[in-house]
Amino acid sequence: MSHSAPSGAFQNRAASTVPAGKTLLETRGLSKNFGGVTAVTGVNFRLGRGELRCLIGPNGAGKSTFFKMLSGQLPPTAGTILFDGSDITGEPPHRIARLGIGIKNQVPSLWDGLSVYEHFFIAAQRRLGARRAAAVADELVMKLGLATLARRDVGALAHGERQWVEIGMTMAQDAKLILLDEPTAGMATDEVERTVALLRAINVSTSLIIVEHDMQFISMIAGIVTVFHQGRILIEDTMENVLANPLVREVYLGAGRPGR
Amino acid sequence: MAPVRLSPLEPLLWAAGAVVLAVVPFALSTFQVVQITVFLIFCLLAVSLDLSWGLAGLLSFGQAAFFGLGGYAYAILCANDETPGAALAAGTVAGGVAAGLLGYIAFYGRLSAMFLAVTTLVVTLILLQVLGSTADPSYHIGAAVLGGYNGMTNIPPLLPEPIPFFWTAGGLLFLLIVSGRLLMAAPFGRVLAAIRANERRVELLGYDVRWHKLAIFALSGAIAGLAGALFASWGGFINPEVFSLAQSAQVVIWVLVGGRGSLYGAAIGAFLVQAMTQYLGSIGTAYTTLVLGALLVSFVLVMPNGLLPTFLRGLSSIGNRLR
Amino acid sequence: MEYLVVALIGVVFAIASLVLLSLGLAIIYGMMGVINLAQGEFIMLGAYTVVLSSAHGLDLWVGMALAPVVVGVVGLVVERCIIRFLYGRLLDTMLATWGLSLGLIAAVTLIIGPSTEGVATPFGHVAIGGYAVSAYNLFVIAATGFLVSLTWGVFNRTKFGLIARGAMQNADMVAALGIHPPTIYMVTFALGSALAGLAGAIIAPLTGVVPSLGLAFVAKVFITVTVGGAAIFSGTLGAGTLLGAIESAVSFMSTPIYGQVAMLGCALVVLRFAPQGISSLWRRSG
Repeated sequence: MSHSAPSGAFQNRAASTVPAGKTLLETRGLSKNFGGVTAVTGVNFRLGRGELRCLIGPNGAGKSTFFKMLSGQLPPTAGTILFDGSDITGEPPHRIARLGIGIKNQVPSLWDGLSVYEHFFIAAQRRLGARRAAAVADELVMKLGLATLARRDVGALAHGERQWVEIGMTMAQDAKLILLDEPTAGMATDEVERTVALLRAINVSTSLIIVEHDMQFISMIAGIVTVFHQGRILIEDTMENVLANPLVREVYLGAGRPGR
Repeated sequence: MAPVRLSPLEPLLWAAGAVVLAVVPFALSTFQVVQITVFLIFCLLAVSLDLSWGLAGLLSFGQAAFFGLGGYAYAILCANDETPGAALAAGTVAGGVAAGLLGYIAFYGRLSAMFLAVTTLVVTLILLQVLGSTADPSYHIGAAVLGGYNGMTNIPPLLPEPIPFFWTAGGLLFLLIVSGRLLMAAPFGRVLAAIRANERRVELLGYDVRWHKLAIFALSGAIAGLAGALFASWGGFINPEVFSLAQSAQVVIWVLVGGRGSLYGAAIGAFLVQAMTQYLGSIGTAYTTLVLGALLVSFVLVMPNGLLPTFLRGLSSIGNRLR
Repeated sequence: MEYLVVALIGVVFAIASLVLLSLGLAIIYGMMGVINLAQGEFIMLGAYTVVLSSAHGLDLWVGMALAPVVVGVVGLVVERCIIRFLYGRLLDTMLATWGLSLGLIAAVTLIIGPSTEGVATPFGHVAIGGYAVSAYNLFVIAATGFLVSLTWGVFNRTKFGLIARGAMQNADMVAALGIHPPTIYMVTFALGSALAGLAGAIIAPLTGVVPSLGLAFVAKVFITVTVGGAAIFSGTLGAGTLLGAIESAVSFMSTPIYGQVAMLGCALVVLRFAPQGISSLWRRSG
């Protein structure tokens, strides 16, 4: 069910503890090839309803590609994706979004020229209509502490504030699952703490998968951590166990031992 | 370069504009009224391109195609004894349907922006050749003989008197700009601005952007068709020249020079460039083409945002410095 | 039987002309991603070079040798003055080169005059059975084959070609090797322009040369390059074959205009199923 390290010594403990009925997202044998390059291969992943999972792994391990397949931005080369009971493999992005998956991509993608308020408004408007979307937008602006910046063009915002706008948009969507690719990238420590509190609050009603490199962030927030490496899941376990795992250390730090 | 925001001062501008349009014909000679009427029609055409290009970021080189089709539709219906009103509506529909078809192929086929630009250009050139080859009287639609490169003449006007026609053209332009500005501020317009800035992000929120793009593109084509019908009515003739490369280029140049995204800029650009073209045209068409080409190149290199936004930005930075 | 041969030659000629005219743009678009809407005018300038040099008593072949040089220089100037400021801005490049196109047509109209010029078609005819085929058409087919092979050789078998292809993939790497990417772009654009000029020179004896000559070709050439896709040579040859065959077949059966319409229709169908061009079908891309 899981893909273990080449030495076969480690198992995926966590995923097997998610009862089948409470599964929100599942992938089976999910793979993505780009010409000669294999970005993701044979990934079996399971996420429970209400879970907050962190995804870690070195650059190029396939995490962003994995997210892009889940959100419909890239069609998988092989495998299936099941979300909330339906097969969403290869569905276009707008349909997957309507089924309840929101995503914040790694590359910042706000709409320069539009205000913070407008970002939240547009995110909520399709589902709720103009009047309720306006109320949601106002509420989010307050909740994210962006009241003074609400009518400013997002181009004028600082980096951390832009990240919050991005997160806020996914909140406005009222998704069942939100994928966050590096939400705290470039943030100062106090901003990271605020983000942790925010994400915990979101997690009350929404499942989250978060890709992060900031180990401090992960230790503050994570339950189970999934480690990606070279397109596969290396291991899934609690943060402490993952950090203590010598294979993970080798993958990240390249601490090779002679004769291995 | 973002679309210019709706300002609380704008209704004042609209009121002033309405008054000017109503009153100015009485201060001008008949010749001037007729001359400015065609400028207003070109402003209408320019604004139609701004709706698709400035607002939604969809560059089409084929606005002249929708314009021409509208003109021909008007002429054909009039020649078949339809009322000018019905013919005008037909012109609008012709432009809208043509744009809808092209838009459907481009947006639902997920073809690139470059493809849309090149295809609209190609279609315009093909229309030029197809209609240019209809010189033989056997090429007719009902009672309307298409006339090849000479086109169709003796087209009945929508309104025989110059001042009411001026008001019609001006009134339609006014209506278009006001409703266009309101559209830009409405949710649909905001979504289009977002699509222009980052289409993928809009899709990831569940919007079917293909539909949005098709809708605005078809609307823009319909208005171009309306302008074409008005043009045929104004001049009493229509010929394949409307499908020429120069005509297609002119529409793009108007919007580029005046500035995208505000609707006013497009109208200003059309007025200025056409006035200049009129003046140069008395010297020779090749000079006009040369200047148009030079305008296009220099604006892209030096002032890609166009006159109005650059001017407004200049004003606001002066305002900032004075504060 | 001979009729089939003659018809076949006709189709191959149509394909060859299309490939010949498209090769320059295929280089420019394929290597640099630049949409040059003035490509038709480069073709036109090449044709005029031949016409003018003939009018001044120079041999036809001297004119043909001059054309790529003249147009290559023009391309160089255009790249330095306009294109290089717009790299990465695809639509802006289209607009600027469109303005250039208008400017060039107007300039030629004003300087040389709007009337149609021409040169005589050399070589006479070749008899096939009871039919006569213009030997020049055969020359065009041969010249196209030669030019495509030569250009392929330059880009795939020479040091310049290797560097150029490297610069297109990763300019920083090439710069790190001590080569100045802007120079590569300049030379590549000049090369694409020169090829267009040569193509114009070769087709000059077959058509009336007017300032708006380029307009007749720009649509076809663009469609061919777009349908061809990223692979410069196999894509252009593939697209040229498909579209050229369809255009000549439909033109033969009705009129050239319907031939163009059929070509566009075919292109739309192909692009519906392969938006990156047909070469994406045999090339692995991301």
